[in-house]
Amino acid sequence: MLHPGIMDLAKYPFLAEAGEYLRDKGFNLEQLAHPDWAPLVEKAYGRIVVATSGQIYGSDKGPIENPDIEILSFIVAVILLKAAGINTLTRRFSLAEARRAERYLQQDLWSNKDKKNLELPLKIIQELFRVQVTVENEEFVIKVSDYLQRAVHFHEKEWKLVNRRVTGGLVYLTAHETVRLIRTELGQYINSKIQSIALPSIPETFKSRVQDLVQLATKFSDAIVVSSDHPPCVKHAIEVLEKGENLPHSGRFLLATYLLARGQTTDQIAPLFKNAPDYNERVTRYQLEHISGSSGKGTKYQCPSCDKLRSENLCFAIPDCSGIINPIQFGKKRKN
Amino acid sequence: MLEKDIGLVENAIKEYYFNHFDLVSVPPKPTQREFGYQKINGGMIRHIAIKDNKELHLLLMKEIPSDVYCSNAYYSFPSMPMSEKDWKGADLIFDIDAKDLTLSCRNDHAIFKCGSCHDAILGKHSACPKCGSTKFEVVSVACKNCIDESKKEAKKLVQILDEDLGIKNEEVEVYFSGNEGFHIRVINSNYEMVGSQERADLVDYIMFNGIMPETFGIRKQNNFKSTLPEIGESGWRGRVATSLFGSKTRAPKAAKQIVSDGYLAFQVKLDEIRQTIGIKVDPKVTMDIHRIFRLEGSVNSKSGLSKVPCKNLDDFDPFLDACLLGEEKADIIANCPVQIRLKNKKYGPYANERISVPKYAAVYMICKGLASIV
Ligand code: SF4
Ligand SMILES: [Zn+2]
Ligand SMILES: [Zn+2]
Repeated sequence: MLHPGIMDLAKYPFLAEAGEYLRDKGFNLEQLAHPDWAPLVEKAYGRIVVATSGQIYGSDKGPIENPDIEILSFIVAVILLKAAGINTLTRRFSLAEARRAERYLQQDLWSNKDKKNLELPLKIIQELFRVQVTVENEEFVIKVSDYLQRAVHFHEKEWKLVNRRVTGGLVYLTAHETVRLIRTELGQYINSKIQSIALPSIPETFKSRVQDLVQLATKFSDAIVVSSDHPPCVKHAIEVLEKGENLPHSGRFLLATYLLARGQTTDQIAPLFKNAPDYNERVTRYQLEHISGSSGKGTKYQCPSCDKLRSENLCFAIPDCSGIINPIQFGKKRKN
Repeated sequence: MLEKDIGLVENAIKEYYFNHFDLVSVPPKPTQREFGYQKINGGMIRHIAIKDNKELHLLLMKEIPSDVYCSNAYYSFPSMPMSEKDWKGADLIFDIDAKDLTLSCRNDHAIFKCGSCHDAILGKHSACPKCGSTKFEVVSVACKNCIDESKKEAKKLVQILDEDLGIKNEEVEVYFSGNEGFHIRVINSNYEMVGSQERADLVDYIMFNGIMPETFGIRKQNNFKSTLPEIGESGWRGRVATSLFGSKTRAPKAAKQIVSDGYLAFQVKLDEIRQTIGIKVDPKVTMDIHRIFRLEGSVNSKSGLSKVPCKNLDDFDPFLDACLLGEEKADIIANCPVQIRLKNKKYGPYANERISVPKYAAVYMICKGLASIV
């Protein structure tokens, strides 16, 4: 058991204990249906809107003022999302909430590294994700295998094991790096938590906001172009974007040049980038047009070679890749 | 291999397995592993399940395979097709091969085998000096230097596994590969479940690939407070310090120079260091979590030598300790332009000569394609 306090629940409202806390305090849905609680529904709705726009809810404010409202607005947001039933929204919300929690985890790790209250953040990491973290001289220490499993999904060179301090089977990290490592899992955890709860019949007062969410979602329709004909590097790039994670510039470049070479238009490709955390329609279009050669000087950029992609850690070669030097050859070359 | 030679080689292998069953045994968790084998000139037969040593020995006697393999992975259903095996983990494995070490001696014992006139000529050539054909094969024969250099890599690897990765020496098994290098297997539960992509990063760590100058204390800007590594630090930082400075007394002056030379120069320097301190393993082998890897104790048909454990690397002499085929004489015609040394005896060079040599030497030369039975 974690035994979080009320302030902890306000920071980490996805913990099972948050539901228990509300029940113990006597909150229930019927109550929340009362018009007096309308501001709460608005707050919950706002929490989702902020999340879907790629920002972090509450990041502009100071310390948490009313923990009950923090917890309740999260729960109501979850109910609204369940009622709307749109996976893209839920996924984006989960990721944004994960980032929010990540900030608190980092703070909690850092400010408590001289022990005292360090227990909770470490326990969250350990119980939710089965990663054992210990503290050694202001550094956070995890097993090499736990590190690798997570860090391989990052493409920045600094996450390569060789650029870490490694001794005796352990990797040494800062508080920030430690929580960054589990961000995706935290998002998935929140997502699966939301998926798993049963939706009660929702109060009338919630309904118009549910409608609004459905409307909002049309902006983020998933443009899934995953086809088994694409090479693994391209599939991977698409998956990263789908999860709403950050794809480095080199990955976006690969995706754009590859799909253009395969005859897709910038209009068909642009929606793929909608889930990216820093999505900006205008900039994306401009970049795509630049790459395709339809703007500016008109140089058409070529798809990078497998060698180049390998050096950027974007290659995930499978046996079908043998003998090709550029992803656009994938599936075209006949094997003898 | 020529039909007439197969009999001799298979005979020698059969005799070896019969006399040395004690050397050939199934690895831990045998029932969860996939076995495979090849016969001379034959294709690979895979997806075999084997219960225990008895079953293995039966297969060896029945099939007389030229090469035997066993998966590093454990599966629920090892004999099913790959997609249905249900992967449950894999030993961490490493392959160190002298051919990957860019050694200068490689040219001295490379033999050009012409595909047209079948002559064997010492050295590397782009076409046959005799008939001009560009169809050829290059084989490499026994070289002490190659083995010594491979040993060094193996030792460095074992050290990094222990110091950096927390894998104790008792958990590491070192084998002579049966040809020109060493195979290393790690049995450590912490690394069993590590996937292929993760192993690729682990290999980069071991090979010292993908390093950033920042990791070793030099940034693109603001290096007035650089944190260059110090001798005695753990991990790569310590090893880099040792090769940058040599000794503690020389460190301050050298460090000053590095800081003033700047980022790009340091990057070049690190790249140079990598050639000497990075460990030269074959990354493809370690990344492969479904590989069937040569079985310990089995004969390697590239040479007729066996893959045997090396208890003490320093004393280990593969051309003695892994040369385990029979001693009876066999008559062959040998065309072997370099001298080879097996079991402390010298053979050759031979220029299409009819000779009578012990079976192990005959098989060695036949396996290398440098001899044929009379
Ligand atoms: S080999 Fe080429 S096509 Fe295959 S995954 Fe790597 S980069 Fe992509
Ligand atoms: Zn020739
Ligand atoms: Zn050599």
